[in-house]
Amino acid sequence: MSVPVSALETQGLAKRFGGLVATNDVSFRLEKGARHALIGPNGAGKTTFINLLTGVLSPSAGRVLLGGEDITRLKPEARVRRGLVRTFQINQLFADLTPLETLALAVGERLGEGTVWHRPVGGNALAREVDEVAARFGLADVLDMRTDTLPYGKQRLLEIAVAFAWAPRVLLLDEPAAGVPAAERQDILDAIAALPADVAVLLIEHDMGLVFDFAQRISVLVEGALLTEGTPAEIAADRRVKAVYLGEAAHG
Amino acid sequence: MNAQESLKRRARWRVPEIVFWLVAFGALFAPAGKHLLLNEIAILALFALSLDLILGYAGIISLGHAAFFGAGAYAAGIFCKLATPDPTAGLVVAIVAAGALGLATSLLVLRGSDLTRLMVTLAVALVLHEVANALPEWTGGADGLQGMTVGPLLGTFDFDLYGRTAYAYSLAILFVLFLLARRVVRSPFGLSLTAIRRNPLRAAALGVPVHRRLIAAYTLAAAYAGAAGALLAQTTGYVSLDVLEFQRSADVLLTLIIGGVGWLYGGIAGAIAFKILQDVLSSSSPQFWMFWMGIFLVVLALVGRERLAGGVRGLFARMARQ
Ligand SMILES: Nc1ncnc2c1ncn2[C@@H]1O[C@H](COP(=O)(O)OP(=O)(O)O)[C@@H](O)[C@H]1O
Ligand SMILES: [Mg+2]
Repeated sequence: MSVPVSALETQGLAKRFGGLVATNDVSFRLEKGARHALIGPNGAGKTTFINLLTGVLSPSAGRVLLGGEDITRLKPEARVRRGLVRTFQINQLFADLTPLETLALAVGERLGEGTVWHRPVGGNALAREVDEVAARFGLADVLDMRTDTLPYGKQRLLEIAVAFAWAPRVLLLDEPAAGVPAAERQDILDAIAALPADVAVLLIEHDMGLVFDFAQRISVLVEGALLTEGTPAEIAADRRVKAVYLGEAAHG
Repeated sequence: MNAQESLKRRARWRVPEIVFWLVAFGALFAPAGKHLLLNEIAILALFALSLDLILGYAGIISLGHAAFFGAGAYAAGIFCKLATPDPTAGLVVAIVAAGALGLATSLLVLRGSDLTRLMVTLAVALVLHEVANALPEWTGGADGLQGMTVGPLLGTFDFDLYGRTAYAYSLAILFVLFLLARRVVRSPFGLSLTAIRRNPLRAAALGVPVHRRLIAAYTLAAAYAGAAGALLAQTTGYVSLDVLEFQRSADVLLTLIIGGVGWLYGGIAGAIAFKILQDVLSSSSPQFWMFWMGIFLVVLALVGRERLAGGVRGLFARMARQ
């Protein structure tokens, strides 16, 4: 029996920082069009896992497959070009550029215009796509403002929008709502809920409550290793998961 | 406002820019006397513009940018002696030679912190200086490259003693290369450099091939510096080892910092301020001009360019009211 090709897969992925094992033999599948969440307490290795998937870090062992193709040795930008795009947990937007410029950069690179040097950034196709993405993420009114003057919720929306501008096959969202005031949080959850069905989305979250509406499947990462995986109902009922989170609550 | 309109506005010419270039070209018709100084300013401005391309846009700091200036100067000088005295041909040769050197050495500045880049660029310039010193049959060594007879510009205009042709030539080249740079920094390629300078990791996460873009930017900047070097060689008819000296790399960095990094006019503004200060200070106190320059820089660093510029503007406004 043949297993269908997954959107993104890891096999025995591991990362050591000196003596610390931040990712421990993780074999993980993200199916096409999935709504999958990866949860785990702070320091579980979620961000490290994303960095391994996107090529920011290279693994100590194991493989990463995108649509069945081995991308373990590819540079970050080459992975983006193949449709694997991420957002950042900590704000890493270009503070003094505008959302317009940031989106134009991503769309331009995708359209293969990044090496064009003899004419200004622009063109109908690019402008249309920037407008579309901006409208989808509620950024149309703030396109010309400096990014660092935007409300934090808008900045987080831009973070997702600029990843979305690459028309990804796989979108990795690293704690997209972290640090966002409660009033603006719903906009972000709505934007995530409205992502097209054919994009496989992996939502990385620390806050368990947040993922239950979104996810069809949930994986739990603890101390770098996958503890378990299942439907939200299964995860909610899992004693070990509760223990991990209760333990964390008791500590901190 | 939609994206199309905003993007168009981004590329628009502004009035002060147009005024500046009109004044610069108008100075060609000023009475003889200051054209030699203006020529020096135009050359330094081009050199600083070249540094702005890598520092202000790509975020690569260099303490050895004279390597490319010197390479261009020697290439133009040697080409003039061995091949043809035509300045335009020599300029093209210098641009290609310096660009090739930039391409070859760009691999050294791709990785590493600002500090390693400072060291590496400094080292490249030092090595080149020693090479030039060790090859007197080509470069004239410590005596400099003698006997360069530069032909008339476009086969028509002789280089005169007062430097009017020289200034016209340097200004024209500065203008053309400035237009090109202006185009480049506002292009998609320029936007990707801007992003790389702010955060290379983030740029890569947006699909920007960081290394390839940096190689291209470094090569382009080296070619620009080579053009500036060629202009100096051709308009003075002489090349000496000081085109490769550390002092020149430091001066151009100072020039750009005085004028402001990352807006293309910084090199020009800095060159005007630097050369005029040098001219005024060294005629009033020849031994101490560097001392006053140092004081000026300390003030600039402490007060900040914006506030200094604001203060000068305020002063003018007060004088205008009185
Ligand atoms: N570059 C690094 N060097 C050393 N240790 C690191 C590095 N990045 C992360 N770690 C460590 O790896 C562990 C997992 O961190 P991280 O992936 O950020 O967790 P999470 O995102 O789940 O909160 C932590 O103990 C962290 O201190
Ligand atoms: Mg994290």
